[in-house]
Amino acid sequence: MSASTELAHPDDSALADSRGRAFGAGVRATLPLLVGTSPFGMVFGAVAVQSGLSPAATQAMSALVFAGSAQFIAAGLVATGAGTALIVLTTLIVNLRHALYGLPLAPHLRHLPQRWLAPLAFWLTDETFLVVIEHYRQRQNGAHKQWYFLGSALAMYVNWQIWTYVGMRAGQAGTALGLDPRAWGLEFALPLTFIGMLVPALGNRPMVACVAAAGLTALLGAELPHQLGLMAAALVGVVVGFGAELRWPIDEGGAEPTDRQPSDSEVGHGQS
Amino acid sequence: MGSREWWLIGGMALVTFSARYVPLALAGRVTLPAVGLRLLRYIPPAVLAAIIAPGLVLQEDGGPDWSLHNSRLVAGLAAAVVAWRTRNLLLTLVVGMAFLWLWRL
Repeated sequence: MSASTELAHPDDSALADSRGRAFGAGVRATLPLLVGTSPFGMVFGAVAVQSGLSPAATQAMSALVFAGSAQFIAAGLVATGAGTALIVLTTLIVNLRHALYGLPLAPHLRHLPQRWLAPLAFWLTDETFLVVIEHYRQRQNGAHKQWYFLGSALAMYVNWQIWTYVGMRAGQAGTALGLDPRAWGLEFALPLTFIGMLVPALGNRPMVACVAAAGLTALLGAELPHQLGLMAAALVGVVVGFGAELRWPIDEGGAEPTDRQPSDSEVGHGQS
Repeated sequence: MGSREWWLIGGMALVTFSARYVPLALAGRVTLPAVGLRLLRYIPPAVLAAIIAPGLVLQEDGGPDWSLHNSRLVAGLAAAVVAWRTRNLLLTLVVGMAFLWLWRL
């Protein structure tokens, strides 16, 4: 889409060009995260069919729910014979953390109409949130923010559908051969991805306090039913981090609480 | 796909979309005070830590294992060192998976 076209709408073409660039930037920033989520998606597909979900239901869950951790837990619950209501309730609690993501995103997206907000919300995953909020914080006044979001979201979505399918077929073959899809620990790629995103952000004491408190609470709360420990841990982490900030004030050069590298190559946050 | 699976997926889809959509739609209508914005910065690290910690430490039976026999804990710590030193996500993944597999040998 170069501007050299003879069409009579140079403004439209420039607009489309910058939208396309924002979309492409969102896709590119998300690519490193696909490496970690792909094996996770594959293990989900394999575990789901071996848990007794039909192949159609497995793919439909990825297409319509699109929430990796919750899908993984749901497949495990199906295998134990848990009831539908219990699985839906567990899904709600596991995904309540996504409700926390709406708050920091809203100031950047509040100008958008519902036809944008609803699909972006549908595609709001941990990975896309982390990529997008980092981008928004670095570029407060960037144009076409929703296109960047959409690029990241669609990259995650398409990739998730593909690897669900691959894992499903592998799981069906594995059942025939008597293999356990979890034997290789491929699902460990997901926590590793999160470690790669989290550790570089630990630039000051309040962040470290927040992470320590949240991690510890998650361990202590692991016995709570329906994964409630996850929400409790997130809330404790936020409160402790904020409390630590009162004790050890952060000298903010700008709007950022974390120590910033001068370069803008935020590898740790999935942007290359 | 049976009707039970439709109810299951429909229910999961509905609660997941609601959790993602409602705060996003509502938060745009109110202006947060500065204190609120500072609190929000801790959401991503807190959620990540809450997802990571059980994955490294807890065993299948639900109990913690802090020993060096725990390959996920060792691999996670190795990955954290790599992430800290290099800030390279892909290298973090590769080293973490390598430690996971080698530690089990």
